[in-house]
Amino acid sequence: MAAISDMPVQFLRQAPAASLPPPASRAGVFGWLRVNLCSSPLNIALTLICIVFIAWVVPPLLRFFLIDATWSGSDREACIASPANPNPGACWAFIRVWSSYFVYGFYPIGQRWRVDLFFLALAFGIGWLLWLRAPRRDIGAVYFFVVLPILSLVLLGGLPLIGLSYVPTNLWGGILVTIVVATIGMVFSLPLGILLALGRRSRIPVVRWLSIMFIEFVRGVPLITVLFMASVMLPLFVPEPLAPDKLVRALIGVAMFASAYMAEVVRGGLVAIPRGQYEAAQALGLTYWRMTALIILPQALRVTLPNIVNVFIALFKDTTLVFIIGIFDFLRTVEVARGDQKWASPVTSLTGYAFAAMFYFVCCYAMSRYAQRVEARLARRSAYKGR
Amino acid sequence: MDKRPDESETRRAETAVEIIAVNKWFGEFHVLRDIDLKVARGERIVICGPSGSGKSTLLRCINHLEDWQSGRIVVDGIELNDDPKQIVAVRRDVGMVFQQFNLFPHLTVLENCTLAPIWVRRMPKRDAETLAMKYLERVKIPEQAQKYPARLSGGQQQRVAIARALCMNPNIMLFDEPTSALDPEMVKEVLDTMVELASDRITMLVVSHEMGFARQVADRMIFMADGQILEINEPKGFFDHPQHERTRLFLQQILR
Repeated sequence: MAAISDMPVQFLRQAPAASLPPPASRAGVFGWLRVNLCSSPLNIALTLICIVFIAWVVPPLLRFFLIDATWSGSDREACIASPANPNPGACWAFIRVWSSYFVYGFYPIGQRWRVDLFFLALAFGIGWLLWLRAPRRDIGAVYFFVVLPILSLVLLGGLPLIGLSYVPTNLWGGILVTIVVATIGMVFSLPLGILLALGRRSRIPVVRWLSIMFIEFVRGVPLITVLFMASVMLPLFVPEPLAPDKLVRALIGVAMFASAYMAEVVRGGLVAIPRGQYEAAQALGLTYWRMTALIILPQALRVTLPNIVNVFIALFKDTTLVFIIGIFDFLRTVEVARGDQKWASPVTSLTGYAFAAMFYFVCCYAMSRYAQRVEARLARRSAYKGR
Repeated sequence: MDKRPDESETRRAETAVEIIAVNKWFGEFHVLRDIDLKVARGERIVICGPSGSGKSTLLRCINHLEDWQSGRIVVDGIELNDDPKQIVAVRRDVGMVFQQFNLFPHLTVLENCTLAPIWVRRMPKRDAETLAMKYLERVKIPEQAQKYPARLSGGQQQRVAIARALCMNPNIMLFDEPTSALDPEMVKEVLDTMVELASDRITMLVVSHEMGFARQVADRMIFMADGQILEINEPKGFFDHPQHERTRLFLQQILR
């Protein structure tokens, strides 16, 4: 570009600056190593410490859980020290033998296909709902929230009318109970928590006070107390024939507890929504519930997604506390199994707990990963800047 | 103006907005003092005044985003009171454009525009999208329809906000400092859109300090200070011969 006139000027660009690729030193394996592991003396020291730590911890773990482990056997003989096996590792044979108890509890052996079918139906529903590009997710939601609960109740509880014998809940146990309690807790705690959070911000004093009382009371006592109250005190107020089943009482307790926490998490998201969003929605003539459902909650839940998953993960692990009121959840079945004299060995308990830890870790990590993917997807879809 | 096929056609009053002896307090602070104003249908009014004079508050009372303590406001023949039904009825008839745009960031431009027609007017989605595209074309950004608001410039966002309000086929449009949050080079595109809209004879109440725009489109100018209306006049008289001391001072300051 040439100057338009001959008037004096301090600086005038003659040609545009070209855009160049970035320097190559940050690319490739060595570039990555240099930038991420060895960028400063402190960073180099930390890298070395981590390498030493891994070398110290991982090989013994591998040896115990894989190399020296016992994979088959019918009793404790396989897992105690012997000339053939001087240094026995994890006793996976024990897990194998007890595995059906871990999954079904005391559920009648001939009826266990019903539990399997329930797991399948649940996995199908969760997959449909959580796979974001699945077809007809609206039908998926109806299936999950309407069809599945009825189906599960009939399948697991039984309906003699159609030939499914009645199985009382005190026979349910293991992973079945853990999954039922966790799923019901999650499915109820989110909507209840949202309602409580909205209630706490309501302009109607009675609604606000009731919400605050519920949230603060339930949050202020330990889950064990809530379970005890649901289990012991409820029958005092409700005549015995009308009193709900023990498992149902535990479900109510867990759902109540989780919803109180969820309420505070959701409220945090509601607070983050700028006032202009409410005003714009109102100015368009949206009523309170439409504004909440279409404008406020989608944004608030997006902001709180990591915290919601946090509550879910905590809830999943809290389900282990139902053993307090005599319900055999997964961890409780492991507890029972490890007391079995037939399998008494120095490594039985360790193996049992390691197995339980793996189960909980896999479930919780899956939730965490899924949430991260959804977050990343939402972040890609709309860069959240300004209003 | 477009044909408006909704029920508001039938109850169209000659007076678009009637404000009678309205008083409002924020706590101890008397923000609106004895406001009386009658806006005729199709009239375009520009309200100006120093900040804190209550002009935005007054505008926000007209669709009940703000409450007031005494006096009456009648919009399109509908008396605004505490009845939520009345309030919603008024809001359906009154479009509003905000200083900060207030687009819904989780919805695309098109969804921003179709939301209210679908959920408030119960229009089928397809019709709502056709309508929205018509108004997006009118504000000259149909090509941005599938984008999220955060990807648009301030001027584009404000034009979407105007289109969003127009999609409800309002009889009255309120503009609350629509260009104050914009970078200077984007003010013109928004003002051009508003000038074009003004040629439609839609009733417009605009809080703005864009005096060029005011001269061009206003039927009446209103000057407010300290929660009172100090002067009302047609633009020529208002700018050339301001009568009130404060008006003169204010105009001197902003017209330099």
